[in-house]
Amino acid sequence: MDFDLSPEQSQLKDGVDRLIASSYGSLEARQKLAKEPLGFSKAGWARFAEMGLLGIPFSEEEGGFGGGPVETLLVMEALGRGLALEPYLATVVLGGGAVRLGGSAQMKERVIPGIVEGTARLALAFTEKQSRYDLFDVVATARKTAEGYVLEGAKSVVIHGDSAHHLVVSARTAGRRRDHDGISLFLVPADAEGVKIHGYPTQDGGRAAEVAFSGVIVPAEAMIGDEGGGLPILERVAEFAIAALASEAVGVMDALHALTVDYLKTRQQFGGPIAQFQVLQHRAVDMLIAVEQARSMAAYAAMMVDHTDAAERAAALSAVKVQVNRSCRLVGQEAVQLHGGIGMTMEYLGAHYFKRLTMIESLFGDTTHHLRRVSAAGGLAA
Amino acid sequence: MDLRFTPEETAFRDEARTFFRTEIPAEIRKKVSEGRGLSRDDMVTSQRIMNARGWAVPHWPKEWGGKDWTPIQRYIYTEEMLLAAVPLPLQFNCYMVGPVIAAFGNQAQKEKHLARIANLDEWWCQGFSEPGAGSDLASLKTKAVREGEHYIVNGQKTWTTLGQHADWIFCLVRTDPAAKKQAGISFILIDMKTPGITVRPIITLEGRHEVNEVFFDNVKVPVENLVGEENKGWDYAKFLLANERTGIARIGLSKERLARIKRLAREMPAGDGTMWDDAAFRERLAEVEIELKALEITQMRVVAAQGKRDSSKPDPASSILKIKGSQLQQATTELLLEVAGPFALAAPVRSGDLTNDWPFDYDWADASAASYFNNRKVSIYGGSNEIQKNIIAKAVLGL
Repeated sequence: MDFDLSPEQSQLKDGVDRLIASSYGSLEARQKLAKEPLGFSKAGWARFAEMGLLGIPFSEEEGGFGGGPVETLLVMEALGRGLALEPYLATVVLGGGAVRLGGSAQMKERVIPGIVEGTARLALAFTEKQSRYDLFDVVATARKTAEGYVLEGAKSVVIHGDSAHHLVVSARTAGRRRDHDGISLFLVPADAEGVKIHGYPTQDGGRAAEVAFSGVIVPAEAMIGDEGGGLPILERVAEFAIAALASEAVGVMDALHALTVDYLKTRQQFGGPIAQFQVLQHRAVDMLIAVEQARSMAAYAAMMVDHTDAAERAAALSAVKVQVNRSCRLVGQEAVQLHGGIGMTMEYLGAHYFKRLTMIESLFGDTTHHLRRVSAAGGLAA
Repeated sequence: MDLRFTPEETAFRDEARTFFRTEIPAEIRKKVSEGRGLSRDDMVTSQRIMNARGWAVPHWPKEWGGKDWTPIQRYIYTEEMLLAAVPLPLQFNCYMVGPVIAAFGNQAQKEKHLARIANLDEWWCQGFSEPGAGSDLASLKTKAVREGEHYIVNGQKTWTTLGQHADWIFCLVRTDPAAKKQAGISFILIDMKTPGITVRPIITLEGRHEVNEVFFDNVKVPVENLVGEENKGWDYAKFLLANERTGIARIGLSKERLARIKRLAREMPAGDGTMWDDAAFRERLAEVEIELKALEITQMRVVAAQGKRDSSKPDPASSILKIKGSQLQQATTELLLEVAGPFALAAPVRSGDLTNDWPFDYDWADASAASYFNNRKVSIYGGSNEIQKNIIAKAVLGL
């Protein structure tokens, strides 16, 4: 057993930490970047590409750098600490993940180099207005024609859907609304005829979009994986997403906990720092325990995300999300409470961490959703 | 012991219920229910309708518009207002400065302000907290120095709720720098139009402008604006804070929100049915409902005891109401957030990104997240829950 980073991993960590610190040195800097037309800085995205961050999970044959879950963990944690706005999750983990896991050789050749160079951004369009967190709950359809497929339907809250060049879209080629079979994935150019994208801000200062597909014609080669076999790919992507979000959450919580402890030491009331009150010390300790529990689960996620037994893997990633969500909630709420009024303000960095933690909770399944999955699996494998 | 209302109390409840639900405009009540911000006009409209009936300040002394209601009637009145999602009359007017002026102000101050306070002709805000004086309020530094017929006020107040609308601010200021903490503080009334006052907005995390910082730079305040005696302000502040804590449990608000959550859960698709078909969700909601019922009875016990005890001193039990009430308010916003699910992420409504061409199926989800964020304040303001626990430990348990 070894929790230490290899020299290469340490180097990556230092590099990405420095990059994020230089772009997101202050809340003002972050809020300014959020106002850019795309909701993040194009130049910042180019720096991600220069550093090789956008190629991490792709193999060298695919044009990437052959990194594994630990490398993604390091990047996501740094992004969390900086509350970075770049569509790393959307492009590299979600959209890129679908192409990596299910795309044909030709599609990979066509798309992955663009992702790695920073010229192609992707988004995963899977949530529908009735689906909540069920990936298999799909109403949108793809009808087979002589030219390929025709897409009809709508997707909701597509993260970074308004700045993506390509959308990975789940649609039914067969079956009924909640059937597990009959779902197919398609890579759809965002500017294809019949695609309407309506972007808006998210609670945490990021971007998302409502996307409608009306008579959108895509060639047969746009399909990711086999016809009707999209769900297993989508589920794999969600597992990678949970692992990535766990690490991001750890980065956010780490930073928020540090801010809170610092505040307890500096805030003067009743003739001294409020850290002198044992009740507040204990609350800061409870926060620490929650952060460490989440950190352990992020490591567990990195270990289990490539586990070969699909059922064990799915239960493990759901367990990760449950613990991380619980930690997010406790750390976020307690941080605000221990700060008092200042923790409630837009001009305070801590409030933005709290909002991001709240949103991480609802991405790819809330606590109930995943608790139920672990329970249905009969708990975790020993 | 009989926990049921008497026939008279039931009749009063029905009267209040009808009044609030028929007389206060539905669009204002809808905004309150959905956790959207109210405009100044909304607040004024609602309070004036109540005042026209003599219901804006029923707890005031009778000669200044009070109603001589029993504590139970007052309780019913507040709960019915909250259940109907009617905005409470401006707290700073009706529950803070009004009662202080009525109890400790001179005749001229009463005549000048009280009727206007009740009718919201004057909008008041509260100048208590300072950057360095939050939980430790008595460490406040804003000072007022007597020069002839004026006080010269210098300093800064913060968390001034709705100060952007205010015509007047009531302030705690230090008038005797030599005295120990609580001694040496005075309670003064300041016209917000006085030169030297600057109001700076503080935007809270959900993006709304609810609170402000207020700066005082050599602000000249006539000495006649002193309430009561110089250096006795702390006593008046304690009286005021006791008033603030009455009804702070907001039981009716939490009940109203739970009813709304049930409605939304019945509409929100989940699995083969709706959220409401999910037994685990219903159980979580029931847990909150049960605690709320217990707190409702606790509140009624406090209310019933109010008639029998010295009402000039705060009942430490009101701290129990504050703690549990705020926790339950927050729990309801967590349930709401859960119903909104993945759609809570979207903030298209407040950003103005919603158009008729692009209706968002769950436009209420945006306000749900905002409510969740904003309601973190309820365990902080009015004396944080940690401070409330100190009060109980000391005053109730003698620790």
